[in-house]
Amino acid sequence: MEDKWHKQYWQRNLRYLSILLIIWFLSSFGFGIFFVDTLNTVRLGGFKLGFWFAQQGSIYIFVVLIFLYVRWMNKLDKKYDVDEK
Amino acid sequence: MDVQTWTYIIVGFTFAIYIGIAIWSRAGSTKEFYVAGGGVSPLANGMATAADWMSAASFISMAGLVSFMGYDGTVYLMGWTGGYVLLALLLAPYLRKFGKFTVPDFIGDRYYSNLARTVAVICALFVSFTYVAGQMRGVGIVFARFLEVDINTGVIIGMCIVLIYAVLGGMKGITYTQVAQYCVLIFAYMVPAIFISLIMTGNPIPQLGFGSELSDGTYLLDKLDGLHQELGFAAYTTGKKTMIDLTFITAALMVGTAGLPHVIVRFFTVPRVKDARISAGYALIFIAILYTTAPAIAAFARTNLITTVQNKEYSSLPEWFANWETTGLIKFDDKNNDGIVNYVADAGTNELIIDPDIMVLANPEIAKLPNWVIALVAAGGLAAALSTAAGLLLVISTSIAHDLIKKQIAPDLSDKNQLWFARGAAVLAVIVAGYFGINPPGFVAAVVALAFGLAAASFFPAIIMGIFYKRMNKEGAIAGMIAGLGITLFYMMRYKLGWIGAPTTSADWWFGISPEGFGTAGMFVNFAVSLIVSRFTPAPPEEVQEMVESIRYPRGASGATHS
Repeated sequence: MEDKWHKQYWQRNLRYLSILLIIWFLSSFGFGIFFVDTLNTVRLGGFKLGFWFAQQGSIYIFVVLIFLYVRWMNKLDKKYDVDEK
Repeated sequence: MDVQTWTYIIVGFTFAIYIGIAIWSRAGSTKEFYVAGGGVSPLANGMATAADWMSAASFISMAGLVSFMGYDGTVYLMGWTGGYVLLALLLAPYLRKFGKFTVPDFIGDRYYSNLARTVAVICALFVSFTYVAGQMRGVGIVFARFLEVDINTGVIIGMCIVLIYAVLGGMKGITYTQVAQYCVLIFAYMVPAIFISLIMTGNPIPQLGFGSELSDGTYLLDKLDGLHQELGFAAYTTGKKTMIDLTFITAALMVGTAGLPHVIVRFFTVPRVKDARISAGYALIFIAILYTTAPAIAAFARTNLITTVQNKEYSSLPEWFANWETTGLIKFDDKNNDGIVNYVADAGTNELIIDPDIMVLANPEIAKLPNWVIALVAAGGLAAALSTAAGLLLVISTSIAHDLIKKQIAPDLSDKNQLWFARGAAVLAVIVAGYFGINPPGFVAAVVALAFGLAAASFFPAIIMGIFYKRMNKEGAIAGMIAGLGITLFYMMRYKLGWIGAPTTSADWWFGISPEGFGTAGMFVNFAVSLIVSRFTPAPPEEVQEMVESIRYPRGASGATHS
């Protein structure tokens, strides 16, 4: 019973990781490198959008991703009763 | 007051704080020496991690490099921040749960082998020494310019300061001095940035000023693109590296960040798994403040530089120009003898060579900021270099005292004697680092970039598979680390350092991947070799698999079977 419970917790964790890492990859390598020329045709004030993602936007997104993960995991830890007392 | 007096006052004051903190927080046991007793608050750890992490390369060189590379400089900005996502999601919580002192500890226990431990120690020493060389050079540059002492004297002063607080305080002393150093360095970085942003664009927030209009009504970046094209450089916002090279360098820096032992070890110092997660988040916020400001400074400085020197009479240039010329970091060669500076992309007619390292340091002078701001930047540069050097020296000393001597040579060593070995190793490490500072290999960021490739190719795969793949065994992990490190080292020696074979050019690179980015390829080699070798060798013992199981859940004692 407990093993199954633990397994579920781990599966959920892996799912969170995949979602967040996909966003991580898209916002940095995707928007900042692969599609930079396309995005550069769009402007954000004085920035070309691709350039902005490469030198500003990706970094903001990284910060958000970590805090999202912390939130999700703290909830998950409680739900599966594996949090530290 | 002149710049030099201000520098003596501000640098002297900050040094006094660092030493005061070290005396107040000196270590009494090995646990305090290695991991600050494991009781650091997540917020303090986040700040300490940020200072530990942001080195002379981040503070002094990075904006300069971005300023000369334009869009291509993105590799440093994304590369040196994106790794924290990997660290927070894939490494920090599990390693905290594992709960020992060092990265080789994890590798040694997880792969139930002293050989694996030794390979990890060698990787850790290798990465740390490569990296520390860059820091000492940074200390030298700052001292040479601002205190007008000999570079060697500067390096020796820096060594003495680090020696006092690293040897006395261990991780505990380092942690709290790093908190102070973070405050100094971020203040020193932001003050001139805010001033310059205000002067040039009227917006006090550099991240926004970066995308604002200049006083003549054109956007800063458009103006810069125009200036670049006029002088024959690639447009600032597009760059010239190939997509594959950008990708590989960025990935190598990200993965390398997550694999750097002096960064990982910081997450052993917080009390709980959830603290490890959140403190990676805090660390990235503190880092992001500097990293999102750096590209703004880069663009401001580049515009300022071009408009100040290009096509101007040499005799009419401002004082900072001559100051930096005497350090040899600016070189002017009047090829056509017209007395006018001609700064263009074409090497045949270009008359000005500027070392990227000076851009941040010279920036306040170029923008004519008050003297105390210039002195503040010097103190910030020193804080950045010293905090990182101290973190690295601690990894080196712990690797020797704990992973080699205690774990392998003399297991019966008492805690007190081990502490003496750790201190001795720290002294030795400082002396070696000082040697590198006096005989510096190349310029700061380039050398540091290589350390990342090595970390990416060695530690990262071994740790990730150690956590996420229970079946990974010692044969696989050791073969993988050796293969990854070996091929990356070979590539760097062949194509970067030129130690092997005939001289090479970028046309010889495999698939167009530069040596800085090859760590990513080394990482793939490591993964591939590990997975293949582990298929043909026995699974790890039951108790190791149980340990892997237990580090996946925050609650419960580590290493024990899950409860």
